[in-house]
Amino acid sequence: MSEKACQVLIIGGGPAGMSAARAALAGGAQVVLLEAGDALGGQFWRHLPESRKGGEEQVLHHKWRHFNTVQRELRDDPGCEVVLGAHVWAIERPDGGQAPAVHVMVGPPDGADREPRTYLPQSIIFATGGQERTLPFPGWDLPGVYTAGAAQALAKGERVAVGQRVLVAGAGPFLLPVVTSLIRTGATVIGVAEASGWKRLAKGWLSRPWELAATRSKAGELGGYLREMVHHRVPYRAGTTVIAAHGEESVESVTLARLDADWKPVPGTQRRVEVDAVCVSHGFVPRTELALTVGCTVDAHGFVVVDDQQRTSVENVFCAGELTGIGGVDLALAEGEIAGATAAGTQPRASVVKARNVFRAFAERLQTAHGIRPGWQTWPEPGTTLCRCEDVTVGEVREVAAATQARGLRSLKLTTRAGLGPCQGRTCGRNTEEILSSCGLLDPGRTARRPIAIPVRLGELAATTSSQREETP
Amino acid sequence: MRGPRRLPAEQDPVRPKDSGPVTITVDGESLSGLQGQSIAGVLMGNGRQSWRRSPRTGRPRGVFCGIGVCFDCLLTVNDIPDVRACQRRAGEGDVITTQEASDV
Ligand code: FES
Repeated sequence: MSEKACQVLIIGGGPAGMSAARAALAGGAQVVLLEAGDALGGQFWRHLPESRKGGEEQVLHHKWRHFNTVQRELRDDPGCEVVLGAHVWAIERPDGGQAPAVHVMVGPPDGADREPRTYLPQSIIFATGGQERTLPFPGWDLPGVYTAGAAQALAKGERVAVGQRVLVAGAGPFLLPVVTSLIRTGATVIGVAEASGWKRLAKGWLSRPWELAATRSKAGELGGYLREMVHHRVPYRAGTTVIAAHGEESVESVTLARLDADWKPVPGTQRRVEVDAVCVSHGFVPRTELALTVGCTVDAHGFVVVDDQQRTSVENVFCAGELTGIGGVDLALAEGEIAGATAAGTQPRASVVKARNVFRAFAERLQTAHGIRPGWQTWPEPGTTLCRCEDVTVGEVREVAAATQARGLRSLKLTTRAGLGPCQGRTCGRNTEEILSSCGLLDPGRTARRPIAIPVRLGELAATTSSQREETP
Repeated sequence: MRGPRRLPAEQDPVRPKDSGPVTITVDGESLSGLQGQSIAGVLMGNGRQSWRRSPRTGRPRGVFCGIGVCFDCLLTVNDIPDVRACQRRAGEGDVITTQEASDV
């Protein structure tokens, strides 16, 4: 197993990580950029593989030219090592100020004979991004119900449309680019259902308009998606959501209902719509498991707390992008640049610090206009799946919580098995936490805490320890 | 027509390069896709929506998150179990067994 010292190690090759790498290089640092996939770009710039490279891929992308420029710069810079297929599975932090050891398996995802490597960086920048949060409703685990991100990944990375007659539902402006991608992949989008009502949308987006003027590129991005929707006559319904999906082996129809301000369905407003796919995203949660293993402090919403230079509570550890709050690509690029410059021991540009502050305000608006409301807990029925991996229902979790008065998420997890399947609670964690806290079980333990960040095969682990032994004289 | 579908290259505004075909075997049946597609992409490009069952109630599972987070899409690739179909590129001649087949 190889061990390698480096100055700045960046984990995550999306917009924030790429931007961080570029800034750290500009500051004279020697950089290693780890990306789990086999291309840079992250979910935002997810694209076709080199062998199928599109002549017009910009039709699916925002800031596509910027992506290509930065990618080229990183490839050409001898101070930058980009490692693709790099799956970080553990980070050790020795006592006494030594460099942390970042353990990585390099090779195809879930492969059995990947190459183990260890990096010993002076600074680490986490740019591991976010993932969608989908709230449970009856039938949400039927095939044909996808996260909006899955629809994007399949459209941008495969040119596969998830269905022919598709409804997009959930909350937030990130639903809009999904509509564009689906249309440009040959699907018909029959509508967008936004859970927040017009009143709340207006409060979030129309107050203090002079601040929004500063986020021109964001407005331009969203405006483009809106024009596309209008052009294709895709109806946009505010204060509406999918509260059930129906079908035997896959989705055949969904029930839409109007929601009140708390996201409780308004009685008498339900109607059925025929679809063959539905894409649902109610918000985003940060992928903090690695940041948590090194002890970074998180706030009440689970985001990593950073200072003005993107420093976390742990010395020489930085975070950028969705880990620190959900704000979209512009915020991720600005935060990455600040983290990279600071990790390299230089001052970030004043203009990018200003940009970050402007886009942070945009992130706050997002929360005001689209943040998840507690009324969602009335959507699931007792038999509705909560944990998809272990088939645990909402009713079972509520019953066990009430019966055992189990204090603490962990003991309750062991009793119900919710969050113990292969995904380790990544999908259901937040939803389980919220249901439990409304059962009176307040647990400070966040489900994102896991000792091993990705599944590693036992054979691979054995290989790591035996090769370590061989190296020791 | 219902369900997932790959947009034929001649209709595609993105104008992808022709990467040539890739053929994999899924539970003994041969399926073709394009070089560079993920295993999930090949399955869905052929109209398949599910290939696994949930452990307790046997509900059908396929792609959900599409980004490697949910582990709904697991299958066996060349005798290696629990590979995420949405993350792994299809290799020429890959032999895939799905849990749906091994359970029967
Ligand atoms: S679809 Fe979620 S991990 Fe593959």
